[in-house]
Amino acid sequence: MADALGLLARHGDDAAIVAGGQSLLPILNFRLAAPELLIDIGRLDDLKQITEGDDYIEIGALLRHCDLADSPLIGRDLPLLHQAINHIAHPAVRHRGTIGGSLAMADPAAELGACCLALDGAFSLLSGREQRWVAASDFFKGVYETALQPDEILTAIRIPKPVRNSISVFEEIARRRGDFAMAGLALVAAPNSLRIALLGVADRPVLAGQTMALLSANPTAVDAAMEMIATEIEPPDDPAYPPAYRRHLVQVLLRRALSRLPQ
Amino acid sequence: MSIGAEVPRDRAKRLLTGRGRFVDDIQLPRMLHLAFVRSPYAHARIEAIDTAGAISMPGVIAVYTAKELEDAVSSWRPEHKLFPTMAAPEQHALAKETARWQGEAVAAVVAESRAQAEDAAEHVAVTWHELPAVTDAKAALATDAAVLHDDMTTNLAFSTEIVTGDVALAFRDAAHVVEEHFRFNRHSGVSLEPRGIIAEFEPGENRLTVHQSHQTPHQQQDLYARLLALPEHKVRVICPDVGGAFGLKHHLMADELVACVAARLLCRPVKYIADRLESFLSDIHCRDHEVHARMAFSAAGKILGIEVDDLFNAGAYGQYPRTSIAEGNQITRLTGAPYGHEHYRAGLRMAFLNKSILGHIRSVGHPIACAVAERLLDMGAADFGLDPIEVRRMNYLSDDDFPRTSAGGVEFESLSFNGCLDKALQMIDVPGFRETQTALGQQGIYRGIGIATFVELTAIGPEYYGEGGQHISAQETCLLRLEGSGTVRCYTGVTDQGQGIDTGIQQVVAGVMGLPLADVEVISGDSALCPVGGGSWGSRGAALGGEAALGAARTLRGNILNIAASLLQKEPNDLSIEQGVVIDAASGSRHMAVSEIGRIGHFQPYTIPDGVSADLTVVERYGSRDRMFLAGNGLQIAVVEVDVDSGIVTPLRHLVVHDCGRILNPLLVREQVRGGVVQGIGAALYEELRYDEDGHLMTGSFADYLVPMAGEMPDIEVAHLETPTKTSELGAKGAGEAGTAGAVGAVLNAVNDAIAPFKASIAETPITPPRLLRALGKI
Repeated sequence: MADALGLLARHGDDAAIVAGGQSLLPILNFRLAAPELLIDIGRLDDLKQITEGDDYIEIGALLRHCDLADSPLIGRDLPLLHQAINHIAHPAVRHRGTIGGSLAMADPAAELGACCLALDGAFSLLSGREQRWVAASDFFKGVYETALQPDEILTAIRIPKPVRNSISVFEEIARRRGDFAMAGLALVAAPNSLRIALLGVADRPVLAGQTMALLSANPTAVDAAMEMIATEIEPPDDPAYPPAYRRHLVQVLLRRALSRLPQ
Repeated sequence: MSIGAEVPRDRAKRLLTGRGRFVDDIQLPRMLHLAFVRSPYAHARIEAIDTAGAISMPGVIAVYTAKELEDAVSSWRPEHKLFPTMAAPEQHALAKETARWQGEAVAAVVAESRAQAEDAAEHVAVTWHELPAVTDAKAALATDAAVLHDDMTTNLAFSTEIVTGDVALAFRDAAHVVEEHFRFNRHSGVSLEPRGIIAEFEPGENRLTVHQSHQTPHQQQDLYARLLALPEHKVRVICPDVGGAFGLKHHLMADELVACVAARLLCRPVKYIADRLESFLSDIHCRDHEVHARMAFSAAGKILGIEVDDLFNAGAYGQYPRTSIAEGNQITRLTGAPYGHEHYRAGLRMAFLNKSILGHIRSVGHPIACAVAERLLDMGAADFGLDPIEVRRMNYLSDDDFPRTSAGGVEFESLSFNGCLDKALQMIDVPGFRETQTALGQQGIYRGIGIATFVELTAIGPEYYGEGGQHISAQETCLLRLEGSGTVRCYTGVTDQGQGIDTGIQQVVAGVMGLPLADVEVISGDSALCPVGGGSWGSRGAALGGEAALGAARTLRGNILNIAASLLQKEPNDLSIEQGVVIDAASGSRHMAVSEIGRIGHFQPYTIPDGVSADLTVVERYGSRDRMFLAGNGLQIAVVEVDVDSGIVTPLRHLVVHDCGRILNPLLVREQVRGGVVQGIGAALYEELRYDEDGHLMTGSFADYLVPMAGEMPDIEVAHLETPTKTSELGAKGAGEAGTAGAVGAVLNAVNDAIAPFKASIAETPITPPRLLRALGKI
């Protein structure tokens, strides 16, 4: 880790960290990026642990999607992740891609960013200078843009254990199984709180803050929530899937998610 | 008899165990690699190209622009003498002065490795002057449109009209008229293995040897010889394993030609493999048609007349050497072909515009002709309150109607529409489906069923390209060689790109000669070794290559029996061959092995009396006469579920009943049909090359260009009728177009059936979720 951080400190923007390579390698293939140095952190085994605290779960950044899917601890305490991982690409990608890589890449349509938002997670960003924790809601800055500084590595994800009797729902709509979602929704409902995160409908994963507030205050205000969730997002101007379509999809997703909650 | 047996294809085991030998697997000594600088603009003048930065990069051997290649290679024009008024603008190996689509190659870098060539290509500095881009056929034909080609005054490449009967009268007398405006968006064939070539030039012998992923080695031999001014017998084109072609590998491609020129100039082997982005940018594309059509019915539901107007485009130039006219031509010829109407008018206009060249991809024009007529028929049936099956029954050409020249002017020998429908209705319980459909509809689950009947034009005759002036053989020749050990080598001019025609021909030879299948080896895809032939495209392999093989096998069998008869003091007619043994035809008793004939025929020929026809290498040819196509037919039924909330369509079931005449190998034909259906479902639901209004491709990877995946595909049930053609002894018609021809129409009709409760309809493919929700009025 010290070596990796040292290289990163020296080369900064000219270096790229490669973990599972499921996003970086296609980018290199397309010649969209040409870093002078690739820093392979794949053998930093310290980043491959899941640790359980009293009130949180900490997930090492190098855990692959399939590792999370296989973890009984994640299944028990963070079932939202298990639901979401089923939607991440295909088995080959899930066996190479890592949670840290996906979050650091910050594709607006990626599943795990929205899950971390819904679960109110925080990310450990480590550099030779310091280690700091950044809340998921402060981490994502735009399309492929994050709070990561050029000399920082995302090392872990810490997620508070949901309160007892909370319910998680993950829904997304993709053209084909395993495609990037046109829209997706992660919802965590606890007796006194409701968090809804959306993916694929903005320049980053976003919390549907107004809709959350509305439904938390009045769980039966479903029609008003439908109106609100469609208007509080800013979908990308994509001619293939225009904003009107994505606004419609978040309504479909919210209705589906709410229908999975006990009445 | 091995003809008609279900035999897995010969190459399958090798390919499935990873032992395929594709062009990119071939490494030659001193081989160089090619990368291209491609136009980032859809339409731009090239003011200057500075190659100095690239030439000094590591590993770079040469950098070429149009100027450097001027004396080394000729330009070309896609002309067709059957369409003498069609515009045929000049195209160069590298764009000269003007780039006319985003992705057109303007400079080429040759380096020791592909990576070095790509690195250097980034240092070729082109000074561009961007010109207005024309990206839509309608806009291309507007009076104020920028004109692509200097020697033209408009972008209209060609227009024509077919008129049969009195269509105006038919519409005037009609009890009912339906009308629709269709849009079939642009896609391509998308082979798993992209285009690729290795060219090597031996200056001492003035010899060009090309390994290429291609469907037509002899056509390429001719083109390279002429464009590079080489004697034709000094050009050899070898097609090794080909990983899918679908029509995008039977053309001259400018970038591939550059590899040949570079090899000649540098006297070193040059490899070029299109990457996936280059494939999307520069492969031959297809469809991109806007069709306005209407159908007139009598009060009883009989089709009285059809009018169809097709507006499409050739892309920036027109494909060479075949030209881009065929897709529109097939639409005007085939719309409504299964039906008995007498009044018909079809118009087409083809424009040039700033996109990659458009041309022949699997099932050229058929899917559109089929979808248009089948959708209009369903619209008419709905208006009448007739069942879609009933209205088809009422209008099908019946078995007594043949031979017949269709309203579109195509000759049909014998087609089996009613038979196919009967068989299909045995496979699927339509009334049962309707009950389920209604019950599910009450629960908010919307399913639909769609039927599409198609005619499949195959095995094109010499009247099309022969008369057109193209050097494309419509004749097939088969050379058979009995080895000294009694096994047979078969050299054919048709080629195998994964469909398995090698195995079909092997079955014909073994079957006719009475040999075990394993005793026959088929050699194809080599312009030096194989007899001049047309390669494989337009579903011609079995019908033409198979018939030539049958003739050659019969001749060689006859010669074997002649030798045996002279040795046995018997009449040849009293002998036969079974399982590699010459037997007594009447009693079946064994006389001698064919291996004995091979040994004696080659090594002791003095034992064979003079005058006995004893050639052990024989050649026979087959060329059809007096017919443009062999027509087959079939129908498809699709069952889909439409999620009216998300707009996603899920295919649930798909069945095909197909008649391609005599079937050489049912296993291979079924798999061809299934593959074709998957491509058709791709066109109906997923595949689209989207450009923005500036002509920039928005779908340059498989993340944006969606191909159908196994997970989304339904089981595809395939059944066959066999109505052999009487124009050949074998009786085989082509089979490669059928799946794609009917699937778009079947899925389009099924989706429309599913959304009928909402009084909604859709007439644009692919049926994307946003398009479907717009049709439903939800967004």
